[in-house]
Amino acid sequence: MIKRKDTEKCMARAKAADRAMTGIFYSVGGFFLLLLLLLAGYIIFKGITDFYPELLTFGRNGIGNQFFNTVYLVFLSLVISVPLGIAAGIYMAEYAKEGQILSFLRVSIESLSSLPSIVVGLFGYLVFILMTGAKWNLMAGAMAVSILNLPLITTTTEDAIRSLPRGYKEGSMALGATHWQTIDRVLLPTSLPRIITGVILAAGRGFGEAAALLYTAGQSTNINWSNWNPASPTCPLNPFRPGETLALHIWVMRTEGSLNPNSTAIANFSAAVLIIMVLGFSLLARFLARRIDRKTGGL
Amino acid sequence: MTKQRSGGLGPQNSTAYRLKKEYLGRGAVTVCGILIILLTLSIGIFLLVKGTGTFTKYHHSVWEFLFSADWSPMDRADQGGGTVGAAIYICGTFLTCGLALLIAAPFSLAAAVFMTEISPKTGSRLFQPAVEIFVGIPSVVYGWIGLTVLVPFIRDVFGAKMGGFSVLAAGIVLAVMIFPTITTVSADAIRSVPWDYRNAAYGMGSTRWQVIYHIVFPAARPGIFTGIILGLSRAVGEALAVAMVIGKTRAFPANLLSPTNNLTAAIAADMGNSADGGEHNLALWSMALLLFSFSMLFIFIIHRISRKGRDRDKA
Repeated sequence: MIKRKDTEKCMARAKAADRAMTGIFYSVGGFFLLLLLLLAGYIIFKGITDFYPELLTFGRNGIGNQFFNTVYLVFLSLVISVPLGIAAGIYMAEYAKEGQILSFLRVSIESLSSLPSIVVGLFGYLVFILMTGAKWNLMAGAMAVSILNLPLITTTTEDAIRSLPRGYKEGSMALGATHWQTIDRVLLPTSLPRIITGVILAAGRGFGEAAALLYTAGQSTNINWSNWNPASPTCPLNPFRPGETLALHIWVMRTEGSLNPNSTAIANFSAAVLIIMVLGFSLLARFLARRIDRKTGGL
Repeated sequence: MTKQRSGGLGPQNSTAYRLKKEYLGRGAVTVCGILIILLTLSIGIFLLVKGTGTFTKYHHSVWEFLFSADWSPMDRADQGGGTVGAAIYICGTFLTCGLALLIAAPFSLAAAVFMTEISPKTGSRLFQPAVEIFVGIPSVVYGWIGLTVLVPFIRDVFGAKMGGFSVLAAGIVLAVMIFPTITTVSADAIRSVPWDYRNAAYGMGSTRWQVIYHIVFPAARPGIFTGIILGLSRAVGEALAVAMVIGKTRAFPANLLSPTNNLTAAIAADMGNSADGGEHNLALWSMALLLFSFSMLFIFIIHRISRKGRDRDKA
């Protein structure tokens, strides 16, 4: 027979355990928020305290060139991956029939998204550098980053189109539009905000990519800002010149301590700039996502 | 648009019209879909061709590559005769990732519970964005912080011999990097546990912890495992952050405070200065192939888990 006293003891123990665990959960939650604040705060603080005006220039002690390369490379990669990813997403959401091809495509995208970026970098090195006989160049880097971006853009597009109300499609087709016209005029425009959110996230990720660029975009850069002949290897806009990005610059500065006395300051400032770029993009994506939610929630 | 009529005889049924308005677009997106498949296949094939070169061109055994610690490959095009035992690198990858998982998994799980069960409001307003920012921080930046803060810290506090470059440093950096992955996926899994389960347990007088431990965890287990595997796969593939703090010493680590090397760091460091097609070069490709097979293995495991989960839900 269970005595009343035992039951009470058992309950008291359960309650104590509950309180203890709640405390633990709160402290872990708090710990992570604190860790993030400390981390982001430290990076930005370090970047500011180590700042010297020359950092903003385009020379050897500045990061202007690397900053430009980063933006340009991400832009190039989006030029490749956005059309391809959106088209593939449309295919998956609208045209592919449930079956072998679709499931194979899903497995492909899953494999792509789980590939280590260094492996993608090696693939890029082999195909875009060794097999073409080219030197390190921005385009090769952009293609490697596109491979990393593609899964995200494709799946966001597919999800965005699939989550639209059926009525949109039925209404359009009932008016006599073809399937493609429906996609082009109705489905794509209405799902565009969500797709853009995905693209922004992809861009944010592209800014920080380094391992895939190690052997594609190269670890050096040489830009002549008065040279605007796109065929010249020092022209800023030539996509076939070596283009070290900010993230890679941090990696390079790590080993260049003896060569460049400012390397720590440069790396600290680069890290701060990268963090701010990534934060800005993720905030932008979040803001857009929330606006979309509010819009569709009001329907 | 006024020309369009319903019925079978409208202009929209002429081949030319349909070609322009339907088949062109359809063809284009289909090609893009196929292109992704081809891209994935070609990555796999290139890796396979290059990665097996060690075994076919230079006739090393797979056994030697996986289990021997004797690493001195020749670095000249088309000349073999060295040794390609990658056991130290493989061991380094396992150790750092295992340690990272050991640190990150309990913390992430607790964080996931915190943001779903304990404090959903803070969870969605503060915690979710914070986790997303964690994901967004580039891996080199993690590596740089590890190099400038964590490594000196380990050197001073634990008195590590190699100036703090250690398995421990790599494990901690990786743990911070995979924590968001495990947390988000587990939180999703916990959220999708039906409320009836919890209500039934609360109705019988359970405390919140009892509900979490006895009801929510078991019900969300497949999702939590998926999160852990995804985190592991991110840790295994991470290159530069680890390379910055692991010390890149070609030796088995004596303890957590000694430096070692791992697969990704070795590839990142050596690929650029190895002769294309040489023994060293191909051995590095074999390591990339190994990484690739790890990520395939992880995908396979995740599929098994989700299939099992589905079967259980049906029953």
